[in-house]
Amino acid sequence: MRYLPLTQDDRAGMLAKIGVDHIDALFADIPADKLLSSLPKLPAHKGEIEVERVMGRMAARNVTASSVPFFVGAGAYKHHVPATVDHLIQRSEFLTSYTPYQPEIAQGTLQYLFEFQTQVAALTGMDVANASMYDGSTGCGEAVLMAHRVTKRNKAVLSGGLHPHYASVVQTLSEMAQAEVVSLAPDLLAGEDLLSHIDETVSCVVVQTPDFFGNIRNLRAIADKCHAHGALLIAVFTEVMSLGLLTPPGEMGADIVVGEGQSIGNALNFGGPYVGLFATKSAYVRQMPGRLCGETMDAEGTRGYVLTLSTREQHIRRDKATSNICTNSGLCSLAFTIHMSLLGQTGLKRVAEINHANAVALADLLDGVSGVSVLNTSFFNEFIVRVPGNAAHFVEQMAARDVMAGVPVSRLLPDAGLDDVMLVASTEVNTDEDRAAFVDALKEVL
Amino acid sequence: MGETKYTEDHEYIRIEGDVVVVGISDYAQSQLGDVVFVELPKAGKKLAKGEEAAVVESVKAASEVYAPVSGEVLEVNAALEAQPGTINEDPEGTGWFIKLKLSDASELSGLMSEADYKTYLASIH
Amino acid sequence: MLNRQGRPTTPGTSVTAAHLTFTGNKALAQIEPLIFETGRLDVTGVDYAAPKPFTSRLGGMERKNEIGLPGLSEPEAMRHYVRLSQKNYGIDTGLFPLGSCTMKHNPRLNEKIARMPGFGDVHPLQPVSTVQGALEVMHTLSHWLMELTGMDAVALSPKAGAHGELCGMMAIKAAIAAKGESAMRNVVLVPDSAHGTNPATAALIHFVVKAVPVRDDGTVDPKVVAELAGPDTAAIMLTNPNTCGLFERDVLAIADAIHAAGGYFYADGANFNAIVGKTRPGDLGVDAMHINLHKTFSTPHGGGGPGAGPVVLSERLAPFAPVPFVRHTDEGFELVEDSAQATQHGAQAFGRMTAFHGQMGMYVRALAYMLSHGADGLRQASEDAVLNANYIRAGLADLMSLPFGNRPCMHEVLFDDAWLKDAGVTTLDFAKAMIDEGYHPMTVYFPLVVHGAMLIEPTESESRASLDLFIATLRDLAFSVQRGETERFTGAPYHAPVKRMDETRAARSPVLKYAPPAPIAEAAE
Repeated sequence: MRYLPLTQDDRAGMLAKIGVDHIDALFADIPADKLLSSLPKLPAHKGEIEVERVMGRMAARNVTASSVPFFVGAGAYKHHVPATVDHLIQRSEFLTSYTPYQPEIAQGTLQYLFEFQTQVAALTGMDVANASMYDGSTGCGEAVLMAHRVTKRNKAVLSGGLHPHYASVVQTLSEMAQAEVVSLAPDLLAGEDLLSHIDETVSCVVVQTPDFFGNIRNLRAIADKCHAHGALLIAVFTEVMSLGLLTPPGEMGADIVVGEGQSIGNALNFGGPYVGLFATKSAYVRQMPGRLCGETMDAEGTRGYVLTLSTREQHIRRDKATSNICTNSGLCSLAFTIHMSLLGQTGLKRVAEINHANAVALADLLDGVSGVSVLNTSFFNEFIVRVPGNAAHFVEQMAARDVMAGVPVSRLLPDAGLDDVMLVASTEVNTDEDRAAFVDALKEVL
Repeated sequence: MGETKYTEDHEYIRIEGDVVVVGISDYAQSQLGDVVFVELPKAGKKLAKGEEAAVVESVKAASEVYAPVSGEVLEVNAALEAQPGTINEDPEGTGWFIKLKLSDASELSGLMSEADYKTYLASIH
Repeated sequence: MLNRQGRPTTPGTSVTAAHLTFTGNKALAQIEPLIFETGRLDVTGVDYAAPKPFTSRLGGMERKNEIGLPGLSEPEAMRHYVRLSQKNYGIDTGLFPLGSCTMKHNPRLNEKIARMPGFGDVHPLQPVSTVQGALEVMHTLSHWLMELTGMDAVALSPKAGAHGELCGMMAIKAAIAAKGESAMRNVVLVPDSAHGTNPATAALIHFVVKAVPVRDDGTVDPKVVAELAGPDTAAIMLTNPNTCGLFERDVLAIADAIHAAGGYFYADGANFNAIVGKTRPGDLGVDAMHINLHKTFSTPHGGGGPGAGPVVLSERLAPFAPVPFVRHTDEGFELVEDSAQATQHGAQAFGRMTAFHGQMGMYVRALAYMLSHGADGLRQASEDAVLNANYIRAGLADLMSLPFGNRPCMHEVLFDDAWLKDAGVTTLDFAKAMIDEGYHPMTVYFPLVVHGAMLIEPTESESRASLDLFIATLRDLAFSVQRGETERFTGAPYHAPVKRMDETRAARSPVLKYAPPAPIAEAAE
């Protein structure tokens, strides 16, 4: 077995040194009748060639995003990631290191986390960011619980424009934590009346922009009303690239900003691993979940970095911790940091413009197809389209014609009566040919 | 300066008439290590005996400070928020946490004297 | 021949004292500034063609202020992050005996496979007909996990170990609610030796945590559990093997005591790597257990994630598993994505843990690891992990103190600091001196039930020669302690890229992001 260095001679010699005559003497605490002799239903070990063949066969049964005109979004986006990023994150010292508990031999991880926190704070327009969460959706759940700790209230109001999976995660966590959730109905065109739900009993309002349906929202009035009633505004995004062009939530008065960072540095990976971004105001930093990296000095006065404010965390605070979270999304946050360092604000703005331009171009083409209409008045790189019939059916039929057209809204909101609406995303990877193929395939299936 | 009494949770209570000054003992600060943060109650808050009054944190530990007696918070040592190191340097002097107006003087009788506390410390080692 | 006129090829007279360098660098040990100090706002390392003219549809929400993030050209970025990587210690650098964390070899085959476009370049919301291979991975991984644990169902989606704990405890809460016992069953028993995530998880979803004292031999006493358990008991959260590196030998009696009280048995599977192929949690009375794919099944730790924490469930808890889950039908694989859909299949899903379907990238790596090892290799890996830990125990037991006596341990061996008493060297000092010797320290000060704990987990990835050198090094350090050479420890590490860090300073006045230095004029005021 190629991963196990010990030989049979080694094992025998080591057992002798330990002073036992059989390996099972070391497993003597396991009840004898529960000790297995083998695992008959599982196969024996395989060489690299065979493993690659078996796994490759499964991989071949999936249609890859790069192989077709691709317009699927709804919280995960197909972007180009520079080759440098994947090369660097595979360096042994990043890939095979642990959480930086021993800062003297983990300055590499700690320094990039400090860079990551700085980047996330700047993008969101907030004071401080943590070292990342598992993903946007779980970060959203944590943000709600944090708001409850800050306000000492326990009712969250969720916008109908919040990604349905995010809403489900918040709903599940709240139900279990005995907190109240008011979920507004799916809000196709950002017309909902959130303000009327804000009062002295509300802990936080959770609003996404660009929202699940692609609409760009101005959060200022909601922030003002929240603050007037002692509530917090949690601003959510699922497309971090939008922050290259849009007013950051921090400038609109958000108290906590949380979102998905996958678009920068990370592949689609069929949904994970991704990287949750989490930022807030300085005043609330001690109520924040997750790891935080801070600058300090070593014994000789050299600048360096450590994990800090750890007393918030489970390994010290146990049942009084701000969260049970243990890790962050280390390597994905490294990918984010490297990609963001390559982009800089100049590159980010440019790629965000291309995303928007491609989405506008596609929207204009689709508006020209008879029976089809783009519903949004504003959007970044994703919008909703009403089609004459069942959107899920059209998406399937277009996939059969090698075009990944988007996501039928009914897949995430089966009971909302939105069977004829689909979400379409367009990023920098799309070309004129892709758009033409989309329109051709759509006309064929209509 | 009045008499000082101690709890088994290593808080001290200095009695100044019907007002008591509460903080953590020298032993407590030495066990915690460098204090980096304290969270104090608001003046005016009424605390029941045993209720969480403050939180004190070092780099690697956090512990709650419980009200050793019942009473109303008259004053908190706000200077600690900027200079938490005071708790290490002078725990039973300038490193005090809160002043309480005693609501039930009989609660004092259950506390340890300085001599008893020293014996107690010796016993837990 | 060339050498006769060219450069010398022997070291010549050796220099004994290092001199200070102009740059502050020490050859390969480079000082590296932050990107915010070297990058420029108008630089980018990614080239894009300008978009064709278009009419913006941003609804008037354009960003007005600059972001303020500089960029780097590609060579600058490459050098910056390579230099940072060189300040890190990884498994590939050397023995990484971090107890409870299982720092075993990360096969690169798994990285290669995870990067196949058919896995890496697939969107979670593509039509199900276009992702049959991805669903097959999930289905196959589930099969392996159920076979290895002897359990009835698996919820794959939790993103990490602590998230898996949360998922398992939510399933228990949902099962209690379904029986109408929510009001009375709200206490969770957690041994003192447990990971901090256990009480934090239970408290997060409003269970009341009751501590279970650990008996003198480092294990849980079933009689104590039986006394503490009652009609208010929701569950016990038991790590087995436990964090003292010992198998809970009374696990069957503990399970019986909890079940007799009407509660559930949650097992923290952080240490499952010691017993894979040797015994099955399902045969030991476990109702739910999370599995850290990044520990037992070797997906890379990545400097703190991403992990993955699938949860296996007993028959009693299986119906409550969250969405999504995969079903295998005659037409292929299908994905059940919402609770209403789950109900049609007879399930009572308690909700959803995360967007999409979990850590696919980790599923692929873990499955490749399982296929590579096979049933025989996984069992051998467990045996070797246990053998290696005991070999270290045998090599150090005469010098370092074992809190529970010199008896067999599982995959990790726990020492305490009794042997350091009055030596002027703490557990932390000892750990830092290991850094100078080229080792990552063991886990220190955990578990909390042991004073000055040192928890050593060598894993199965170490050769006998590697273990011999490690043992010899720790013996040398121990002799050094005995000789009173305290400065070797109290000032350590001497040879790391930085000296010991001031954590007090970091926590007293937190600096959590880069702030540009104030302009000179302002600073002069």
